[in-house]
Amino acid sequence: MPTSAAVELSEPDVRPVHAPDESSEVAVRTAGLTRRFGDQTAVDAVDLIVPRGAIYGFLGPNGSGKTTTIRVLLGLIAADAGTVELLGQRMPRASARVLPRVGALIEGPAFHPYITGAQNLRRLDLSDATADPSTSMSRIEAALARVGLTAAAGKKYRNYSLGMKQRLGLAAALLQPRDLLILDEPTNGLDPQGTREVRRLIRDLATDGTTVLVSSHLLSEIEQVATHVGMMSGGKLVRQGTLQDVLADGAPTIRVETPDLDPALHVMQQLGLQPATAPDGAITARLAAVEVEDVAAALVRAGVRLRRLNVDRPDLEELFVTITGEGFDVLR
Amino acid sequence: MSFADTRSIPLVDGAPKRYRGAFARLYRGEMRLLLTRRRNWILLAVLAVVPVFIGVAVKLSDPGGGDGPQFIGRITGNGLFLVFTAITVAIPFFLPLVIGVIAGDSIAGEAGQGTLRYLLTVPVPRGRLLAVKTLGVATFTALAVVLVAAIGLITGALLFGVHSLVLLSGDTVGIGNALLRTFGVVVYVTIALFGLAAGGLFISTLTENAIAAMAATVSIAVFSALLDAVPQLSAIHPVLLTHHWLDFGELLRSSISWSDLTSWTALHLAYAAIFLSLAWSRLTTRDITS
Repeated sequence: MPTSAAVELSEPDVRPVHAPDESSEVAVRTAGLTRRFGDQTAVDAVDLIVPRGAIYGFLGPNGSGKTTTIRVLLGLIAADAGTVELLGQRMPRASARVLPRVGALIEGPAFHPYITGAQNLRRLDLSDATADPSTSMSRIEAALARVGLTAAAGKKYRNYSLGMKQRLGLAAALLQPRDLLILDEPTNGLDPQGTREVRRLIRDLATDGTTVLVSSHLLSEIEQVATHVGMMSGGKLVRQGTLQDVLADGAPTIRVETPDLDPALHVMQQLGLQPATAPDGAITARLAAVEVEDVAAALVRAGVRLRRLNVDRPDLEELFVTITGEGFDVLR
Repeated sequence: MSFADTRSIPLVDGAPKRYRGAFARLYRGEMRLLLTRRRNWILLAVLAVVPVFIGVAVKLSDPGGGDGPQFIGRITGNGLFLVFTAITVAIPFFLPLVIGVIAGDSIAGEAGQGTLRYLLTVPVPRGRLLAVKTLGVATFTALAVVLVAAIGLITGALLFGVHSLVLLSGDTVGIGNALLRTFGVVVYVTIALFGLAAGGLFISTLTENAIAAMAATVSIAVFSALLDAVPQLSAIHPVLLTHHWLDFGELLRSSISWSDLTSWTALHLAYAAIFLSLAWSRLTTRDITS
């Protein structure tokens, strides 16, 4: 699928520049996106597809090329090859038309330290040609309230804690109603409570119809909100799809606790499984073609006494390791 | 609040509506930022001290002419000359310092702090950002020159009184004419210094290190003055950035050489144009990785 998209998009005239993007079902689409820094390929032929309305978890360890991809999406750095479409329009050509509808948090918040949080938002809002000046103040208040920063609005940014800075960055992304939010590591520096709030915020925004692209190196955090995921490793997008599809990649593992070790091992081998004995005495095996209920039935039929039997699905992090064959560490 | 009920942005060609006066708002935001920063107030305060310091020194010591910056010997006769003396004193170092800080910081500061990426994704188109930064730096430059002149005028008037102006050629003109000529000096000096300010803007697009950009900008002025002081290089002196900075005295002659003033002004504007073109080509192609 990505390949055919790449071919289609490399024809410059397939899509008129002023095509009404409401028809587009895809909020973010890149085709063959590549960016090199010196001899290092930071982003390597990435075909990203973020459907409208999705919460897309953009995952990968630090240094896997997520932030570079996001910077290219937003027109901050140029691509060496490939194309980018945001909300159906080509970037960076359509920046002025598209970016007002995109809220972004890029590699952490950044504001002027010697003015207050509210003044910083005011400055950004004044800079936005598409922001209604008559509603500026009320929109700033609403954005601050939405991220729980009302009490600190009049405080100098310099005196903000890391979590408050992160919240102000989110508030800036929410100054206007957005069709697309691109949030790069939005929970950095937040405590567990703050992380939960951000997750709820993302869900609320998605309910309102906003597409959210959220990058993170904390896979478990994303697993709880994402509808779609893309996994980056070493500059390549190694897997992409709905969360369900991607999770289904991972074969579940059955875990059997029984005093009758040998008969159990024998039954499972006969079913075509490759059981192993865990250090605590339990038997584990990956379930590929065999269903768990069939294993249970076979064990019972053979008179194996079961103390406990359960199935573990691998989470995103385990999957990532399986897919890339790498640990979830900084690769470069 | 709910974003659902505010979500219908008027669409023109698939683009959100633009509100009138966008550039003016952007400029207002920029000036607010420049004028709320304490560091910038300190710079202006240092400039304001220059005329006061000279005025008081002259009042106390009454120098008998001869040495010292141009026009200093004439201050006691007419407080208006304090304006010209103060500008003469501020031009070689204090004004370039202020311009170096403001212009050098303009884009490099935003880049180093990371606010540049957020401005560009608002979005503020890069050309428009350079335009507003240029206008902000130009405004601050004018403000700095006006400040020196205004404090000079007030201090001069209080300490020595302002009288009809005896021109350098010996003729006398009335106070109205004298103030008009003073205004001309302020305009000339502002344009002259804008050449340096544009250099600072260009340097500011090259780096994320604001301090380095500030220092490099001040160095342009220092280096130009250095070349200007080497007699063997007299062939290039007339086209040096700083060579005609102090020639505002031309406006104090009875028959002003407009052709000279025009060509000097054109030189300063040419410097500005070159530096701004370089800044534009750099900023519009630069990868923003900070």
